[in-house]
Amino acid sequence: MTTQAPPLLRVNRVSKWFGEIVGCRNVSFDLHPGEILGVVGESGSGKTTLLRCLSGKLEPTSGGAEFLSKRHGPVDIFQLGEQDRRRLQREEWGFVHQNPRDGLRMRVSGGANVAEPLMSLGGRHYGQMRRATTDWLERVELDISRVDHKPRNFSGGMQQRIQIARNLIHQPRLVFMDEPTGGLDVSVQARLLDLLRELVRDLQLSAIIVTHDMGVARLMADRLLVMKNGDVVETGLTDQVLDDAQHPYTQLLVSSVLQL
Amino acid sequence: MTKKLERPMIKVEGLTKRFTLHQHGGARIGVFGGLDLEVKKGECVVLAGASGMGKSTLIRCVYGNYLTSGGSVKILHDGAEVDLAGATPQTILDIRRRTMGYVSQFLRVIPRVSTLQLVMEPLLENGVSAEEAEARARAMLASLKLPEAHWSLPPATFSGGEQQRVNIARSFVREYPILLLDEPTASLDAANRGIVVDLIKAALAKGSAMIGIFHDESVREAAATRFFEIESYKTAA
Repeated sequence: MTTQAPPLLRVNRVSKWFGEIVGCRNVSFDLHPGEILGVVGESGSGKTTLLRCLSGKLEPTSGGAEFLSKRHGPVDIFQLGEQDRRRLQREEWGFVHQNPRDGLRMRVSGGANVAEPLMSLGGRHYGQMRRATTDWLERVELDISRVDHKPRNFSGGMQQRIQIARNLIHQPRLVFMDEPTGGLDVSVQARLLDLLRELVRDLQLSAIIVTHDMGVARLMADRLLVMKNGDVVETGLTDQVLDDAQHPYTQLLVSSVLQL
Repeated sequence: MTKKLERPMIKVEGLTKRFTLHQHGGARIGVFGGLDLEVKKGECVVLAGASGMGKSTLIRCVYGNYLTSGGSVKILHDGAEVDLAGATPQTILDIRRRTMGYVSQFLRVIPRVSTLQLVMEPLLENGVSAEEAEARARAMLASLKLPEAHWSLPPATFSGGEQQRVNIARSFVREYPILLLDEPTASLDAANRGIVVDLIKAALAKGSAMIGIFHDESVREAAATRFFEIESYKTAA
């Protein structure tokens, strides 16, 4: 089934250098429809740089990434013009930031934050958009009566839910997530992870999740990419990489996790 | 057709497994070497040997949870032999979804999902309708004598034995062609062990192929169609 479908994203030897300093080096992988890829490694390993390159936020130094676009067919996202790339980001992708403030507009209401992607994609029917917004606020388990409150009046966990709704309402095919539960209390984190997992499975999304948390990786990802100093040092099925790590660095990461 | 029936569901050839512990000066721990094992439909091969001989390791290699250090593990999937050593992660996940189930001693599930939903999940993943999945999940939970009041709750707060029964229900409800059982009855009482033995026998009668590890001697004797001694493949540490 998944074995037959062509990859949604083909990443080919992507490198990013900041002058003499390596961000990520020669990263290649395929991402299939419905697949969740976890990128793990400690801070400074290059995972966020890789994510920013692949999501078109940062120009890589070299390499290519071919995305199977609904609008364009297979396109190299780095070859696209600025306008087409922005349209692709808006129409077919989502990006969930670690800090909801980076992904939300803080001066408009929570409801408007969720509805905005629909408006920017040409939605004009107010009633329909309102319904879609309420529907999404419910899906992320937010109190509908607070739809008109500004994001700053919500807790961190709620802000993150608004950000998730904002990034899924236009039904993207690929979602990038950078430490989506990073700044949250563990209890809030567990609920949010359950929610994300359900949504990703229900909507058959593909996702690339950057995390330094091995627990998050085990719960969310089908497959892992382990990064160290800009290089991918190990890849494989999530449970195989975590239970039978091959690379010294992966073994160190796994053995450093506290057991509860 | 009869020839096809003879093809083993699991074919392990020359399997070697060792661990290299980089955190401990690169120490190499050999588990077993040159191990051959075939399991056909309707067979339950019970792994024998003292603990530390690599019984669980063998099961994990067959599931693709551990990489092999040498040799091959071939699984009959969609009528074709797939060597896990060279298979893509996508193929291994597809095999796990449709062909091969694994029951361990531990239940590892998403925190907030209800027991009933957890048992329905493997069926839904395989395209069974929600209605049928729920009926089958209910029947399976009832046959395992898990109190109905528990079904709408996530199993996190259940006792060890109850969690283990949820685990068993999840795997047996699917009727996988291959089942790997690693101490599935470890925390069950005698009555529940008997129920699991009945489930194993029913699955074997339907043509499942199994590899099992059972600590309990009565379960071992009742479930096994033959025993496999792993000790002779033990490699020097």
